[in-house]
Amino acid sequence: MPLLTVEGAVAGYGEMQVLRGIDLTVGEGEIVSIVGPNGAGKSTVMKLIFGLLKPWEGSVTFDGRDVSGMAPEKLVRLGLSYVPQVDNVFPNLTVEENLDMGGYIRTGSLAEQKERVFELFPRLAERRRQRAGKMSGGERQMVAMGRALMLDPRLLMLDEPSAGLAPLLVDMIFDKIVDINRTGVSVLMVEQNAKKSLALADRGYVLATGQNQVDGPGRDLLENPEVARLYLGG
Amino acid sequence: MERFRRAASGRTGMVVALAFVLLVIVVAAVLKGVGATQLLSLFIRGVLLGGTLALGAIGVTLVFSVLKMANFAHGDTMTLGAYLGLVVVTLLPKGAPLAPFSFGYEFIVALLVVIPAVGLITFGLDQLAFRPLRARRSPAIMFAMAALGLAFGIRSLVYIFWGADFTFFYTGRARPAVELFAGIRVRPDQFFILGLAIVLIVGVYLLLERTKIGKAMRATADNSDLARLSGIDTKRVILWTWLIGGGLAAAGGMLYGLDVQLRPEMGWWLLLPLFASVILGSLGNAYGALAGAFVIGIVWQMSGAFINPVYSQGIAFLVMIIVLLVRPEGLFGGKK
Repeated sequence: MPLLTVEGAVAGYGEMQVLRGIDLTVGEGEIVSIVGPNGAGKSTVMKLIFGLLKPWEGSVTFDGRDVSGMAPEKLVRLGLSYVPQVDNVFPNLTVEENLDMGGYIRTGSLAEQKERVFELFPRLAERRRQRAGKMSGGERQMVAMGRALMLDPRLLMLDEPSAGLAPLLVDMIFDKIVDINRTGVSVLMVEQNAKKSLALADRGYVLATGQNQVDGPGRDLLENPEVARLYLGG
Repeated sequence: MERFRRAASGRTGMVVALAFVLLVIVVAAVLKGVGATQLLSLFIRGVLLGGTLALGAIGVTLVFSVLKMANFAHGDTMTLGAYLGLVVVTLLPKGAPLAPFSFGYEFIVALLVVIPAVGLITFGLDQLAFRPLRARRSPAIMFAMAALGLAFGIRSLVYIFWGADFTFFYTGRARPAVELFAGIRVRPDQFFILGLAIVLIVGVYLLLERTKIGKAMRATADNSDLARLSGIDTKRVILWTWLIGGGLAAAGGMLYGLDVQLRPEMGWWLLLPLFASVILGSLGNAYGALAGAFVIGIVWQMSGAFINPVYSQGIAFLVMIIVLLVRPEGLFGGKK
């Protein structure tokens, strides 16, 4: 049974329908990437899964439990973690305080979790007393991912982790995603950078006009002419 | 002109501008023949007033940063604190004054009772008046109107129960002043007022910086969506915001009442200086509000040296306008 299942999800904002029937699954230990042109509804899928939007139709199941429309503060307790695309750190809090907030619902010491995050991102250990808002885009992305890892999530959801980063940093972030996955965390990400994210993903989904059009193993999608056509908007 | 504006809009420029305002006040006072002794004692009075204002201003800025609303009822929350304190003081059997202060143990008990009580009352009023607005994502004007409604409501209750006249915690009790140095006279009560204000402010500082709930409050103020995504219990954060904001306001009101007098309009008249302090120190920045409160307190009192004190509150307003024109983000705000 997959860890996460989205079935026939239809949703939108107010009167505006964005998702017109989305089906996807994430298996235990998988990296799954959702790609697609601008306005395809990629971020909306993430918001839907994380309870920031209620599905009009369809359902979201996590670990065999119906979590459709469940509030985010409850979902984090089940083992889901979400890194939004923008505004994903607390700018006036230090790096360490950001991590503390990531582990807020945990009682007791966070030292072990913090150590693990610092091991993954040594840069953050050097800057633990710095305010997150004063850091570069790449460092902020590390803080954001570190915050999300503080609860040892089973599924890490990343919304455009490479957006706005210099090419070198993009590679670094993608390497870290693979590292995180190797520790047993399943990853669901939405990416503008289709090539790189599909190259490392176990499976991918191509979204266009609020529906998934093509899916399959990441590398196959890269060679699929249909995917190229969707991207060029043909 | 443009060059001047740019130079003045830096933080240093702002500090220079404020020093200049102070200089103008001093020069104007000297030209009017006000002596150094009187100026210095006005300065000390300004610091005292600044401490009381800070207790209110920190609450305004906390509520603003966590709930994103301007709480125009905050001044009247101070009034409420003062009058509830009066109830406690009146109900308790009168003890002797705790020399050298003018007040007895009853005032201390009143502080201990009223600070948490008003904190809880403001949280209750929030659930009644503001929570439905938040749930409906109402525009800012609705929050402002609801807050004004609360302000008038509180003041009317004070009129109904205590009448429109001014009163004191201890009617008819002498409050002698002692000479500090060089003819500067201060009442011992005023030391207590400033001392307690500093203790409370340090307490809030420690709470915000060191405790888990304090960090959660700062996180919610920073990015409330991300706070929710991290599983931070927003309701608890809101409760603590009012406990601290309302509690400090109550303390400020009681201390102001002890220093000056209790009047039903006392808090309403403090509202403008409170917001001037908060804007001066950058909206949402607790330490800025603290600095702003002392600046406003000092300017307010010292301008009384050369204009009728009735108008000196206008000076606080003037300082606020200057800040809004020159550096709208305030002393401690980053450029957006």
